[in-house]
Amino acid sequence: MKLKIATLAITASLTLAAGAQKLTGAGATFPNPIYSRWFTEYSQQHPGVQINYQSVGSGAGIRQVSTKIVDFGAADVPMTDQQLGESQVKLFHIPTVLGAVVPVYNIPGVGSDLKFSPDVIADIYLGKINNWHDPRIVKDNPGVNLPDHSILPVYRSEGSGTTFIFTDYLSKVSPDFLARIGRAASVRWPLGIGQKGNEGVAGMIRNSPYTFGYVELIYAVQNKMSYGMVKNHDGQWIKASTDGVTAAAASASKNMPADYRVSITNAPGATSYPISSFTWLLIPIQSADPAKGKVLVDFLHWMLEHGEAEAAPMTYAPLPKPVADRVLQTIKQIH
Amino acid sequence: MMQPGLDKLPEITVPVEPQPSAADAAPSAAPSAIRLFLQQRSAGRWADGAFRGLMMLCAFSIFAIVALIVFVLVKNSQLSIHAFGFKFFKGTSWDPVSGDFGALPFIYGTVVSSLLAVAIAVPLSLCVAIFLLDICPRPLRSPIAFLTELLAAIPSVVYGLWAVFILVPIMRDNVGPILEKYLGWTGFFVEPNFGVGMLTAGVILAIMIFPIISSISRDVMKAVPIAQREAALALGATRWEMLRMSVLRNSRLGIVGAIILGLGRALGETMAVTMVIGNHPDILKNLFAPGYTLASVIANEFSEASGDLYLSALIEIGLALFLVTIVVNAIARLLVWAVTRGESAGHA
Repeated sequence: MKLKIATLAITASLTLAAGAQKLTGAGATFPNPIYSRWFTEYSQQHPGVQINYQSVGSGAGIRQVSTKIVDFGAADVPMTDQQLGESQVKLFHIPTVLGAVVPVYNIPGVGSDLKFSPDVIADIYLGKINNWHDPRIVKDNPGVNLPDHSILPVYRSEGSGTTFIFTDYLSKVSPDFLARIGRAASVRWPLGIGQKGNEGVAGMIRNSPYTFGYVELIYAVQNKMSYGMVKNHDGQWIKASTDGVTAAAASASKNMPADYRVSITNAPGATSYPISSFTWLLIPIQSADPAKGKVLVDFLHWMLEHGEAEAAPMTYAPLPKPVADRVLQTIKQIH
Repeated sequence: MMQPGLDKLPEITVPVEPQPSAADAAPSAAPSAIRLFLQQRSAGRWADGAFRGLMMLCAFSIFAIVALIVFVLVKNSQLSIHAFGFKFFKGTSWDPVSGDFGALPFIYGTVVSSLLAVAIAVPLSLCVAIFLLDICPRPLRSPIAFLTELLAAIPSVVYGLWAVFILVPIMRDNVGPILEKYLGWTGFFVEPNFGVGMLTAGVILAIMIFPIISSISRDVMKAVPIAQREAALALGATRWEMLRMSVLRNSRLGIVGAIILGLGRALGETMAVTMVIGNHPDILKNLFAPGYTLASVIANEFSEASGDLYLSALIEIGLALFLVTIVVNAIARLLVWAVTRGESAGHA
């Protein structure tokens, strides 16, 4: 009996010691809603483990995890080779969920489901198309009465993963856009108005007629905004949805590099939505504190088993099956 | 102050040599009841010395803080300073993709939006201050003064939100067309006007700095002796003449100080401006067009800045903001100095 109590006490203290873990992560703002939910649920199911996530932006997340300020990072934009080389810890990119960016607009008298060719979107932001009654917009939207009024493009004023996904896509579909603007979290827009955050862009577009902009799918869905269709790589008109995004990821995963740093914008496939991207957790391959490494591995398993199922209701696209299976293999190398 | 205290100190604590002399002294030299009370409560010279040291430390920490800020800003922007040199301050391109950074549009936006704000806020706040001082019926005085000070306490993001939902549509649909119709010929108000832009930023800044300027100038005006005002009235001055000659004239230095404080807040204001200025780095005469300020670009781009040169350029923007603030303040003080020197020369 005594022995039993003693063993109980020892196991209890051991689990406490192993369980009393506080992890800190920092990074992307786009997946923050689902990450917060995951970390809260995981902590509830694993008493003693606390994961604190600060959505300070992908750039700051990369800097903080590279300099060991936080235990793990998160990014909407994959790290460059140079950033990986300069990092003080070796990092894995672990894809978690996917997001999409949708074109939004406000034209009085014109409803939702306006269609946009990729080159039209690029040329609106380049200033080459500056009127809603432009023949190229009219051609894509037969039967829609487009007004003869100038277009005001709206963009994200702060650096954001959304802008990266959007400019990455436009750089792929328009050589001129690549040459004059290029892809980055914040770029030099030749014209238009910058607004802060999805809510800033959405607010500007809602309040000002004849505007055109881009916001995250999750934001457009939650706020019941109407958004346009985009022509995908295979020439199909696609309205963004979590299914379309997962389809794009599945089709792109066939030639996915081992480190998951891949852009899936303009992915082939009839049902693929073209303006979408993975978002990644940046996990140290070897954590300085082995106990923290163990918690991270355990969390990643939990995420693949339970977390992914919560993605779709929150309008994030879950990882396609083949990618999830590969991630499971990758996790084995983390310790 | 300290000497008498020291003489009388032994009387209550340690009875040593000065004690008899103090006891034998004339009643006037004996410690007063207040002095005795103070001595029981404090530690005399030691406390005075410590107090002086502490105050000096606090005062000099200002130097240390400013020096540290400059040091960190310069140190962390080395990369950008070396890459662009002075060109950074006159370059007009801001392109994170190709790594070409110039601060001029941001400097322009900061200075113009702040000057616009001061131009709008100064007449408004002086009128409010004078009204409260002299004209306002007594029951209205404290509610108005209270509301003015309340305005100063509202966080800037709340001003920003209010501006986005209320001010922007007003500027777009009501104020803009009128300005364009009557003042369009100046080139400052040219369509298209989307409601966000330099002018709206100036207006929201004016609303934000108005309470500071107004309440400080009212305090300064209040400090003008009543006798001065009564003298002016006694000489047959009208109310306006009295205000102009005895109140405004005597308090002009303090009013300028209030304006400089307001200008300082306008230069550094970030959140509210970002939400309405349009965030497009351009140098345009048209006040309807979007602009960008130094503080806004730091707030917008710092967290997602990737690459050392980009970060370094953003920190140099901080340095530029620091320099702009110093230069603008210096100019303002020079103006004050020039004006007051002229005055005293005239009096002499």
